[in-house]
Amino acid sequence: MTTVAAPYSGTALDRVDGPEKVTGRARYAYEHAPDDLAYAVVVQSTIARGAVRVVDADSVLQLPGIIAAIWHENAPRVAPIEDAELTVLQSPRVAYRGQVVAVVVAETIESATEAARLLRVDYQVEPHDVELRADHPGMYRPDHVNPDYATDSELGDPEAALGFAPVVVDATYTTPAQHHNPIEPHATVAVWDADGLTLYDSTQSASAVRATIAPLFGLPPESVRVVSPYVGGGFGSKGAPHAQVVLAALAAKQVGRPVKLAATRRQMFAVTGYRTPTVQRVRLGADEEGRLSAVVHEAFEQTATVKEFAEQTTVVTRMMYAAPHRRTSHRLVRLDVPVPTWMRAPGETPGMFALESAMDELAVACGIDPVELRVRNEPTVDPERGLPFSSRNLVACLREGAARFGWAGRDPEPGVRRRGRQLIGTGVASSTYPVYRLPSQATARAEPGGGFTVKIAAADIGTGARTVLTQIAADALGVAPAQVRMEVGDSALPRASVAGGSSGTASWGTAVVRACEALTDVLHRRAGDVPPGGLEASVDTAEELRSQRPFSRHAYGAQFAEVGVDLDTGEVRVLRLLGAFAAGRIINPKTARSQFIGGMTMGLSMALFEESVMDVEFGDYLNRDLAQYHFAACADVRDVDAFWIEEEDPELNPMGSKGIGEIGIVGTAAAVANAVYHATGLRVRDLPIRLDRLIGGAV
Amino acid sequence: MNGEGNSGPVFADPITADLMLSVNGDEHPVTVDTRETLLDTLREHLDLIGAKKGCDHGQCGACTVLVDGRRVKSCLTLTVTVDDREITTVEGLAVDGALHPMQAAFVERDAFQCGYCTPGQLCSAVAMVREVADGWPSAVTADVSGPVALDDDEIRERMSGNLCRCGAYVNIVAAIRQVGA
Repeated sequence: MTTVAAPYSGTALDRVDGPEKVTGRARYAYEHAPDDLAYAVVVQSTIARGAVRVVDADSVLQLPGIIAAIWHENAPRVAPIEDAELTVLQSPRVAYRGQVVAVVVAETIESATEAARLLRVDYQVEPHDVELRADHPGMYRPDHVNPDYATDSELGDPEAALGFAPVVVDATYTTPAQHHNPIEPHATVAVWDADGLTLYDSTQSASAVRATIAPLFGLPPESVRVVSPYVGGGFGSKGAPHAQVVLAALAAKQVGRPVKLAATRRQMFAVTGYRTPTVQRVRLGADEEGRLSAVVHEAFEQTATVKEFAEQTTVVTRMMYAAPHRRTSHRLVRLDVPVPTWMRAPGETPGMFALESAMDELAVACGIDPVELRVRNEPTVDPERGLPFSSRNLVACLREGAARFGWAGRDPEPGVRRRGRQLIGTGVASSTYPVYRLPSQATARAEPGGGFTVKIAAADIGTGARTVLTQIAADALGVAPAQVRMEVGDSALPRASVAGGSSGTASWGTAVVRACEALTDVLHRRAGDVPPGGLEASVDTAEELRSQRPFSRHAYGAQFAEVGVDLDTGEVRVLRLLGAFAAGRIINPKTARSQFIGGMTMGLSMALFEESVMDVEFGDYLNRDLAQYHFAACADVRDVDAFWIEEEDPELNPMGSKGIGEIGIVGTAAAVANAVYHATGLRVRDLPIRLDRLIGGAV
Repeated sequence: MNGEGNSGPVFADPITADLMLSVNGDEHPVTVDTRETLLDTLREHLDLIGAKKGCDHGQCGACTVLVDGRRVKSCLTLTVTVDDREITTVEGLAVDGALHPMQAAFVERDAFQCGYCTPGQLCSAVAMVREVADGWPSAVTADVSGPVALDDDEIRERMSGNLCRCGAYVNIVAAIRQVGA
């Protein structure tokens, strides 16, 4: 495949939507204000399992300004689709605490909030089970894991190889439930009119919301329009529609007026997804030189009763390191809990915490430098698929990262470096993320007055998609970026894949390049003449993607961390984080660096702070606000930087790019945990690395 | 059971108040529900959507605006309490269409991704630089008796009331340092 050579791809163009965002003009979902608006507020179940007996809707209707109180007995019916998370208010069943049992519509936010607080709901309560344990009798083997990977894999005879191995690491790691917490809560403004339904929605895919919502309401897709020009972060939680979009549409239908609805921050802990907690056992068998003979990685995870989500936690282990004997597996248990979903690098993020912690333990056991250990186990082909790598520069990331970080001469002895009242340590972990590319459509248009418009229903959730697609289009058209107007975030535009799986630039960029090439051809045939109505060309990349050659395609990276651990309190501070990445061609160094360091910052946060605590008695996550669910604040983040290795890979897409939105978080928590071990001699295998997991074990 | 006590809902009409709100130099006559927050008045009644609702509990800082030049969380401020005050939102930072230096630095340094916390970060940053210039100490100020230097530790400490989930903190600090230096 030829790649587009380019004056503008590769330059640090400022975000094209920067001025809108810094002046407050950028309009996010809840900020759309059609006439005659009503406000909806959601009421959540206060039991974890059972049924709603009755909702006292009549009482709140006596309150001033209340328009409707909608529950399963008076709600408009929706079509029964497979995704039970979306068929809200259709049955009395309660499957988890925090599930939506009613929605109140009022003239003002204040009245709706007050009525939702006062609404009486009577339940028939059943005992619930919300506790994830690896030995839970309900553990089962899912048919596949997200998105469509085999549940288990096995090569050789790993048990025998572990038996023979001179050095064995056998450890269990846990990661807690984590919540995405984009700063913009999930919000929808729903408007019904003669043409159908318009949804101003906070989503990572306008096309997917349309495709999902239309059949629920018995509408053809063209009767639903989803508008989402600006999205205040998603991290996976806005990758697929959740209850709020259906509720807004239902409520608007019921009251015959446009309705605004947003999940509150507290409600988001039950109704907008989360990363499943995991229990992972990793066994590594190696010779004294650290060469792996066996790798076994088993994951135990939870899912909900209303919908299965199987995080692909151990899939990453299938291709990270060479070893002749290997096994990976996933087991799930259905609990009375909210529905887990994609969260930034699902699978890789928890999986690489375990694998890369175990690799550090192996380095210690063998007395080998952890960078060297990883280099020593570098495979020549994908170990389980047998395919060649389209490009794999993990070793270059490790070597170059080590050089820039100042790794050379590191004393492996743990717990011996002091700076004031802090113990100091450094750690490393590998990082990786698969290369996904999904079919998309795009239209390129030459405007009669000069300039070009490029249209695609992509989503810029802060990734910089609007900006890099502008650069890609400019190069494909052979014009300056200022000549290109990029339209995204509207399902009325050509259908596009989700902003997920770090696939946006690859998927949408391919469509944009092909549309621009097609337009250039047409323009060429017309000797550059643009008719008064403009000229456009549209493409669909489905065919092109089907003809992709078989390769193992992944981005790679290495994460280096330096931590200081307070001797008295056990407080961990990440003093430095450096990420080295090999992710194909970088289209915009400015926005790419933001993606990398943003992911690394979330990884730091995961290592030290993030934990949704399940209240076993009541059956929900009890720390459901930002004062109790901690993620990194400005003072927690000191020196975080990233750089990248030049990588030419002709087997990717016309841009030669790999996804960069998720790899930054992968491996970061392990690098921090490994640095904490180096600082203190204490191996923390359970995230987050809380004070109580260090204090008391102090060296 | 939801609801409190056994007496059932109270059927009183909302209490309203007529105010003159001064926002970004403009006077706005408004009638507000006395339960209404400044954040909801700005966003729902004045279509000033710059201030953002991230948590509605004063925990994220996305709603930060300036009241008489000082940063406040508008989600924790009842509108009836600010009718004689001068309110500045992110929309009021740019003068005559030219970006405020802090806004320009945020764009140049890529100090945001999704942009949703950005208006709060900007209002907070503008006021914070002034607080430092006025010699107000913070928890990390070594000498609380003298002038305060706007170093990275001071910026990080003083900006920790504004959460950014995209993880742009490193660039936010760089942008503020550039403007404040």
